[in-house]
Amino acid sequence: MRPAAGRLSWYVGGVLFVFVTCALVLLVGQADLPRGRVLVEAFDRLTPGTIESGLEPIQKSIVWNLRLPRIVLGLTVGAALATAGATFQGVFRNPLADPYFLGVAAGGGFGATIAFVNDWGDGRGLLDGVQVAAFIGALVAVALTWTLGAIGDRRQSTTTLILAGVAVASFFTALQTYLQQRNTEDIREIYVWFLGGLTTQGWSEVIQSAPLALVCIGLLLLAGRTLDVLGVGDDEAGMLGLSVVRTRLLLIVIAALLTATAVAVSGLIAFVGLIVPHTVRLIFGHSYRVVLPMSVLIGASFLVLCDVAARTVGNASEIPIGVVTAFFGAPFFVVILRTANR
Amino acid sequence: MKIRKLLALLAALALLFAACGSDTSDTDDAAEAASDADVEASMAEDEAMEDEAMQDEAMEDDESSASASEEAMEDETMEDDEPSASASEEAMEDEEEPMEDNAMEDGEGEATADAEAAGEVPTRIVSLSPTGTEMLFAVGAGDQVIAVDNFSYYPPEAPVVEDLSAFTPSVEAIAAFEPDLILTSSPVEGLDALGVEILQLNAAVDLDEVYAQIEQVGAVTGHIGEATEVVLNMQTDIAAVLDSLPEREVPLTYYHELDPTLFSVTSSTFVGYVYGLLGLENVADAADEDGSAFGYPQLNQEYLLTADPDIIFLADTLCCEQNATTLGEREGWELLTAVQTGNIVEMNDDIVSRWGPRLVEFIQVAGEAVSAIEAVPAG
Repeated sequence: MRPAAGRLSWYVGGVLFVFVTCALVLLVGQADLPRGRVLVEAFDRLTPGTIESGLEPIQKSIVWNLRLPRIVLGLTVGAALATAGATFQGVFRNPLADPYFLGVAAGGGFGATIAFVNDWGDGRGLLDGVQVAAFIGALVAVALTWTLGAIGDRRQSTTTLILAGVAVASFFTALQTYLQQRNTEDIREIYVWFLGGLTTQGWSEVIQSAPLALVCIGLLLLAGRTLDVLGVGDDEAGMLGLSVVRTRLLLIVIAALLTATAVAVSGLIAFVGLIVPHTVRLIFGHSYRVVLPMSVLIGASFLVLCDVAARTVGNASEIPIGVVTAFFGAPFFVVILRTANR
Repeated sequence: MKIRKLLALLAALALLFAACGSDTSDTDDAAEAASDADVEASMAEDEAMEDEAMQDEAMEDDESSASASEEAMEDETMEDDEPSASASEEAMEDEEEPMEDNAMEDGEGEATADAEAAGEVPTRIVSLSPTGTEMLFAVGAGDQVIAVDNFSYYPPEAPVVEDLSAFTPSVEAIAAFEPDLILTSSPVEGLDALGVEILQLNAAVDLDEVYAQIEQVGAVTGHIGEATEVVLNMQTDIAAVLDSLPEREVPLTYYHELDPTLFSVTSSTFVGYVYGLLGLENVADAADEDGSAFGYPQLNQEYLLTADPDIIFLADTLCCEQNATTLGEREGWELLTAVQTGNIVEMNDDIVSRWGPRLVEFIQVAGEAVSAIEAVPAG
């Protein structure tokens, strides 16, 4: 066990890192805005009182309607995916677990495809049809996985659940592909949704996702000790007085809810939920009491940093953020792995 | 207990499947759904009849298959001999170079030449190309068309077969129509095996190619006179629009929206080429300078707001129900010049994505919008 003081300094450092990251990425974008004024404008908007930044109206709009909400959405989604990933890895004692485990991705994708095909929305705005359908689809898939796992194995071992998840994911992918092929006119929208992205206009996506994500993250942060106990094995955890199946169900429900929230507003962003918890573990140790909070902080800043590349590397265009997370995440992870094993 | 749970689960899955099925037909009209069912039913009947026929013929199979293959051999050798000569002659006669791109499949084109010489025209045409369908009907060959793919819903009298997909075509489904001419917009694997004449109309790159394709459709279907007339009318109408445009020192800029996620086209696409004819400059060109997005980049929002185009063309009015109002409601867009001056043109998604006879409408609508903006003298 690390001393509490050391841990506190990590958290303080992590929070500072998040703030500095946000301030820096706020200055970068395709529009060439005067940097000092951008910071003044953001400060003006985020704090009571009025300071005139001297930006043009359209520049103000870029700061307030495009850059800031996109950063906050990145923080939310990044934190959500990393925390959910860490939780799934803990619950299943499986290093390959990620937030899209248990059919969440396939279910969400199927839901979104249904919505696109029926023109329920375009994936943007408050309570848009695509977002709602993706959210519901993701949760239905997890529920189905849990039910199947329970039917197949009374003790509900993690292996059965994982296999049930694989089956459910394949099934929903089949349905999704079938529907997509029957409606080729919607194929581009569906494709773009699957690649994931934080493109947002205004604050509706943030308003919709942040509160629920914060509640779920808060609940999971309380579960660090429980996850540590689960880590010793089902039988041992049971002997330590933990109701293994019930605890597991509760954690899965919260983590799935968290993932579904992220999937609804940002589609499928690969890799974040897998490598952030591992990176955190390699740097800060294996106790979930540290892994969870640090995953929140590192996940949030990692996705915001990746999004800078997604919105600025292409000249005048967007790059799918999933490409960026994998492109920078994979080599970074290898470096961490090497230094940690030395 | 377990079994009951499993059954419940299966029932739920069945419901889900049913929902899927109705999702697709929900979007269609009830009438279309009905005709769909009819087609399916008739296809099923056909299959049944074929089965019977197969049984009847089974006895003769040995001989007939042998003779059939012999015939096939003869056909091939025949084709090899003369038609190659006639093909090169044809090529010489054709003045339009783009024709070569859309030339018929090897060995099939010669068949047409023969057919035309004998005064035969195809009467069972299947079109897998919405643009091709529009061309067929424009040149007066509509009566000869028996089936078109699920996106060929213009003109309304086109015989749409909901299950006929140009995107994932089933060669057997096409064969079931017993066509004597098939129009496609891209190669279809295995279609050659039917031994039916295939006319492939690739996406056009310029007006000449559009005209060439229409004339080609006319020639193949025995409507060359009408096709020439269609082309002449198009040329006249388009020239009228282009001539009416005011002179400008500084070209107007535009943004062509494919969907609300800001996918657009560059000048390297046919759509961009058309706007180029109108003297417009494309703000999306900067987004795909290396061509890695094949002319269809997704624009960055900040970039678009700073680029501030003079005109916005919405090609997502049908797919995504966008219009001038929804555009003005997007955060920050109310400050765009085009939104403030009302220079937002709501286009028909289909017309601007095809290169058929309705291209004239596209150019007229866009031309009107361009003319409506007063030419400001430079300086």
